[in-house]
Amino acid sequence: MGIEDEITCKEIVELVTDYLESAMSEPDRARFDRHLSTCRGCVIYLEQMRETIRLTGTLTEDSLSLVAKSNLMSAFHDWKREATSST
Amino acid sequence: MSSEDQRVITALRSGDEDAFAVLVERYSGQLQRLAYVYVKDRHVAEEVVQETWIGLLQSIHRFEGRSSLKTWLFRILLNVARSRARKESRTIPFSSLFDASKDAGEPSVDADRFQPASARWPDHWATPPSQWHQNPELQAVSSETRAHVKAAIDTLPDNQREVITLRDIDGLTSLEVCNLLTISDTNQRVLLHRARGKVRKALETYVGEAR
Ligand SMILES: [Zn+2]
Repeated sequence: MGIEDEITCKEIVELVTDYLESAMSEPDRARFDRHLSTCRGCVIYLEQMRETIRLTGTLTEDSLSLVAKSNLMSAFHDWKREATSST
Repeated sequence: MSSEDQRVITALRSGDEDAFAVLVERYSGQLQRLAYVYVKDRHVAEEVVQETWIGLLQSIHRFEGRSSLKTWLFRILLNVARSRARKESRTIPFSSLFDASKDAGEPSVDADRFQPASARWPDHWATPPSQWHQNPELQAVSSETRAHVKAAIDTLPDNQREVITLRDIDGLTSLEVCNLLTISDTNQRVLLHRARGKVRKALETYVGEAR
């Protein structure tokens, strides 16, 4: 196993998603981990990527307005009436 | 069909209002965000969601449980949202036509951040990333931070926006996303990778400016 087997930082940044998604072969994962064990820059990059995912996950504030919800409940009543009258 | 889906379907068919309200409460946020990817207008997105729920009720007697109730619901939304977008002659993200192997894309990190070929350690960090720990805005997830993330996502190509919304905001699994958008696992991952990379880059710029 020579230096040619080692991954570069430039390659690591394009492999992070495969790594985080567990979509790597065992040998590739081992090479990735080996790189991390000696490269602080890539460890920080991976941390930043996890942080990015965490922050993206906080964008959940969208929801239906109360008006839309109440419209939906009336639509449900209409549907129920039709459904029961047709059977 | 899962026993949970079975329970909900039976309740809906029998006209159980609470079961419907719970379902609306649980999924409307996710549906709304996905609708927004296509129609790019909050009000139109809301109409699309309402239409989706009505579509669900009208076809509930046909649901056989070949997919989960959730996947079925999202599929109805996609149909409604796409036809609405088409009507307003917007381009629709054709994730299904995306081919990762033919798309070189931009690098996640600018090439000048790495050492040149002539250097001792070519393609290793020249300007490594710095830790974000110290940034209180990020730690507390301030509204300004969220606005930056949202702005970064809004500028992504539609097919990347679609995937990152479903995966990282709505929390769908990769399998659910592949089924829903009928894309391969590889294509899904590449779209997600591109999207996350650009959001990270935007955050790095934001943190750098705040320093
Ligand atoms: Zn490295």
